Order: sequence, then C-alpha cells, then structure tokens
Amino acid sequence: MAAEPDLNVAYVAKLARLNLSAQETQLFQKQLGDVLKYAEKLKEIDVTAVEAAAHAVPIFNVFREDEPRDWFTAKEALSNAPRQANNLFIVPKVVE
Amino acid sequence: MTTSDLPAISLADLQALLRRRDVSPREVLRALEERINAVDGKIGAYLSRDFEAAEREAEKADVNLPLGGVPIAIKDIINVAGQPCTCASKILRGYRAPYNASAIEKLRAAGAIPFGKTNLDEFAMGSSTENSSVQLTRNPWDLSRVPGGSSGGSAAAVAADAAFGALGTDTGGSIRQPAALSGIVGVKPSYGRVSRFGLTAFASSLDQVGSLTKTVRDSALIMNAIAGPDSRDTTCLNEPVPDYTAKLERGLKGVRLGLPREYMIEGVDSAVRQAVDTAVKHLASLGAEIVDVSLPHTDYAISVYYILATAEASANLARFDGVRYGYRAENPTDLLDFYGRTREEGFGAEVKRRIILGTYVLSSGYYDAYYLRAQKVRELIRRDFEHAFAKVDALVSPTSPTPAFKIGEKTSDPLQMYLADIFTNAGNLAGICGISLPCGFAQSENGRPLPIGLQFLGKALDEARVFEIAYAYEQSTVWHKARPSLNDQSIAGK
Repeated sequence: MAAEPDLNVAYVAKLARLNLSAQETQLFQKQLGDVLKYAEKLKEIDVTAVEAAAHAVPIFNVFREDEPRDWFTAKEALSNAPRQANNLFIVPKVVE
Repeated sequence: MTTSDLPAISLADLQALLRRRDVSPREVLRALEERINAVDGKIGAYLSRDFEAAEREAEKADVNLPLGGVPIAIKDIINVAGQPCTCASKILRGYRAPYNASAIEKLRAAGAIPFGKTNLDEFAMGSSTENSSVQLTRNPWDLSRVPGGSSGGSAAAVAADAAFGALGTDTGGSIRQPAALSGIVGVKPSYGRVSRFGLTAFASSLDQVGSLTKTVRDSALIMNAIAGPDSRDTTCLNEPVPDYTAKLERGLKGVRLGLPREYMIEGVDSAVRQAVDTAVKHLASLGAEIVDVSLPHTDYAISVYYILATAEASANLARFDGVRYGYRAENPTDLLDFYGRTREEGFGAEVKRRIILGTYVLSSGYYDAYYLRAQKVRELIRRDFEHAFAKVDALVSPTSPTPAFKIGEKTSDPLQMYLADIFTNAGNLAGICGISLPCGFAQSENGRPLPIGLQFLGKALDEARVFEIAYAYEQSTVWHKARPSLNDQSIAGK
C-alpha cells in the first residue's frame, strides 16, 4: 500500500478561498488523511483500458430553441444581496 | 373519522377523501398544522412553514387534480418561490428563494401545496442530519437517535405523521437511508428522471430529487407529478413518464431478483441481516426467483463517491462568495480576506471538510491519481450493474448496514459516517433508481423498535418495475402499518 497521502490542508484551504482556524486545519489534516488512506484501495484496480465516466447516463449535445423568456428583474436578482444600491451589488473596493 | 385523525392517513387515502369532498383542503391544512405544532418540538423536522400562504392556495385548490389540495413538505435545499431556502447553512440564513424549482412547479401543476421546509445536513452533506447549522432532528422511533440523513427532516416529518409526503434529495443515499432509519418509503429516481433545476447543487452528476412517503403507492403518486423532461436542466431525460400507479398490483410472478453477494458483508447489523434474509424468503414465496449476482467493484464505491462528490461540491459551492446573496464577513482587509472569512464564518465543519477534500483531488498533481481514477472506477461500477441487470429485473439488499444510530455517535469520525451509505451510493454512481421500504425492526437497548429498510435497485428509467416489486412486498407484510409512539417519549435533559 502507498505511503501517507501528502495532503496539505493549509495550502488547499488557500486554493479553496476558505480560511480555517489552526484547530480546524489540524483536525481536518487527520480526518481527511484517514479518508484518503481509505481511498488508497482504488490504486489496486487496473484502469488503463477504462474510459472515465463523467456522468452515469451518456447524453450528448442537448439543444433547445434559443428563445427569450422572462427571468429575474434587477429587483428580484438583488432581493438577497448582502449590500446593494442603485440596482447594483455593492462590494468592497478591490483595486487601488 | 375526526379531523385530528387526518394526519395519520396515507397520501392516497387523503386524496380520495378530498375528491369525495369529505374534507376540504383547508381542513386538511389545519389538521396538519395542529399535528406539527404538537410533535415538532420533539422531532425538530421543520425549518420553516407558511400556513397562511398555504391556506390561500388551499382555497383555490382543484381537488380533481392528481394531488389537488395535498400538502407536501419540501427539503430546504429545493427552492420554493417566496419561502426561505437555507440549505440548513449559516451562509444562506435569511435567504428567500426568488423562483420555483421545476419539481415545485410540477407539484403545483398537479395541485399539491408546498407549505413548509424540512431540516437537512448542511447542503445535504451527511447521513444523520446532525450537520444542520440550525437544529437537531430526532428519530420519532427513539428521540435519542438520528433520523438518518441528509433528508432527515423530511423522513422524520413523514414518520411522525407531520407530513403526508415530502420531497428530498439523494446524492449518495440521502433519501433512502433516512427513509430506512425512520421506517418509511423513500425513492431515489434514476439520474435525469426529475429535473434538478432549482435544487441547490451539491454534486451535479449524482443529485436527484425524490419522494419520502408512508407507502409505495404514495411515492408513485408523487413521482407521477415530478418526473419528466425540463428544458432548463440539460441532464433531465427527454423520456415519457408512465403512470407509476398503473401496474402496481402486477405481482412478482416471473420477476427475477438479484442478491448481490458483496452486500452481505461483515459489519451488517445482525438484526438487519436477519430482517433482509426473511424478506428475501418472503419475496421468493410471492413468486420471485432469487438469483445470486456479483457487483465486484462494490468495495470501491465509497472511495469513488467521496472523491467525485466532494470534487463537484468544491466547484458548486464556489458560488457562495458573499457577493450576490447569503452571508458576508464584515470589514475585510482585502479581497482574499473577504472570500476566505465569508466562507470560514458561513460554512460548517463538514462542508469545509468536503470543500478541502474536493479541491485537493482536483488540484494540479493529484487530479489523475484521485479524480480521474475515480471516474474510471465509476465506469466499472456502472458496468457491474449493467451486467447484473442483464440477468435480473432488480436487486435486493439492506438499505443501511445498521438501524438508526445514537445522536453524537459518529460525529467525530467522518469516515465512519461515510460508511453509513455503503449500500446506497453505488446506485447514484451508476445513475440507476432505487427505493427503500420498511422490512422489520431491531430493538434499542431501552426496548424501543428501530426500523430496518429493504432496498430495491432497478435499471435506469425502470422506476415502474421497482414500484411494482416494492408494492408486492409492502402489501403482503405489516411493516408499513407500524407507527412510532411519541407520547411516551421525551427529550433527555429537557
């Protein structure tokens, strides 16, 4: 069986734009390490001749007519906004 | 019958009473509201309900429609316009759905009234409903135990006669497993049978909307309403919907049922094993031919599932960034702090774990080893079922390896929690359909009966056959008639 998975929770959390406390980082390192160790058994299988299945049901090229239909008004789209003004989402300043 | 007895009847019986004008939709709603008020303090099934709006719908209800005037509870991850849709997450606290899911539109078109939203594991991630950021839901059969999950609120509501039927979602067993643990019927339709439009996505290649009900016929009635094509979900299959109630009484003569030898493994509770063995003998006595089959890649299903489901979840949950809706962290120092802290403060532990795992298996250097390999093994699992279904009409197995477990028993060990789905999640990977229905009871240490679930799995789009088989079993056994007793139970410490 393979060695310890080289998961680095702190690094992956940065990729995921998800801050974690030191305590969570440590806990997840252990718990997800266990899950990945369990998943090591997938390496037992020879998959060289197998095509990957992205979906259980193979369906391709689903088309429909490109017809306009009613959808949200600006007011509806903004109805759950944390902050809004002038029919726009307000976000913190991100450029200097 | 007095109206206070109404909540105990089946959806099909309710529909008959409504049609004969023996009761009005308003009387039904009032009786249900009373029942919920009486029991929900103990079970915690509902996150929200809007009986005022429901009464307005009831006044206009056309009882001649297939589900005319029938109130249906909705898992709080399916959007109902104007009602909250929190996914039991802090990040969506206060969110109100601006539109209806397709399944809700179809329910309404059939005359049903979606009146309330039920508890779940946050974003449907869990097997016990303990991952809800809002409240615990308790199993009506034993309040110290979980109802299963993630559709635990829907399951507990139906089991406690606090709903005539409910919608849930099943990504790896989240309808069937809580149905089993709560002693009711749960249906996971084939992938693509019901539109996912308006279902807040967890794992898009696995998620399906389905039903939780007291009887098989009730589930067939709900499926009649919600199944079918939808141009707003391109994975929704453009196939006609049969009347699932039409041939329920066909019986088991000539039906071949496969018994997957990999499903009777160590770790299956002895009461579960015994109940399923007895059920299989009973199915044979009803005329079914029992065939030994093999699903050789069963042992890999949990690994494949948790790699693919978390990968898809990490992408789907990227939309929760604090910009357009939901929770937003205050006073960010910069953009990364804004995203990072919004998500830290908004998501619960299990959701965070799955985002981390999913991001990892998709990240550069690990994609081939985990994600791509898992997709290939998924194909092997799919072929296992294809080979089995060449020989048999459906498969029979336990739904869950154990009856309902204690609240808190598995929360510190995610891997043990993941193993609760060992018999259900291969079905999602293969896109086939499945049902769980009651087949007996185990006994808790304090002598309470704990329901056991029997699972039938059918070919993709073969729901009608699965309903027929389940109906034959149900109607020749007594299990579906048993109801939990809440009066002699109280919540410890309260």
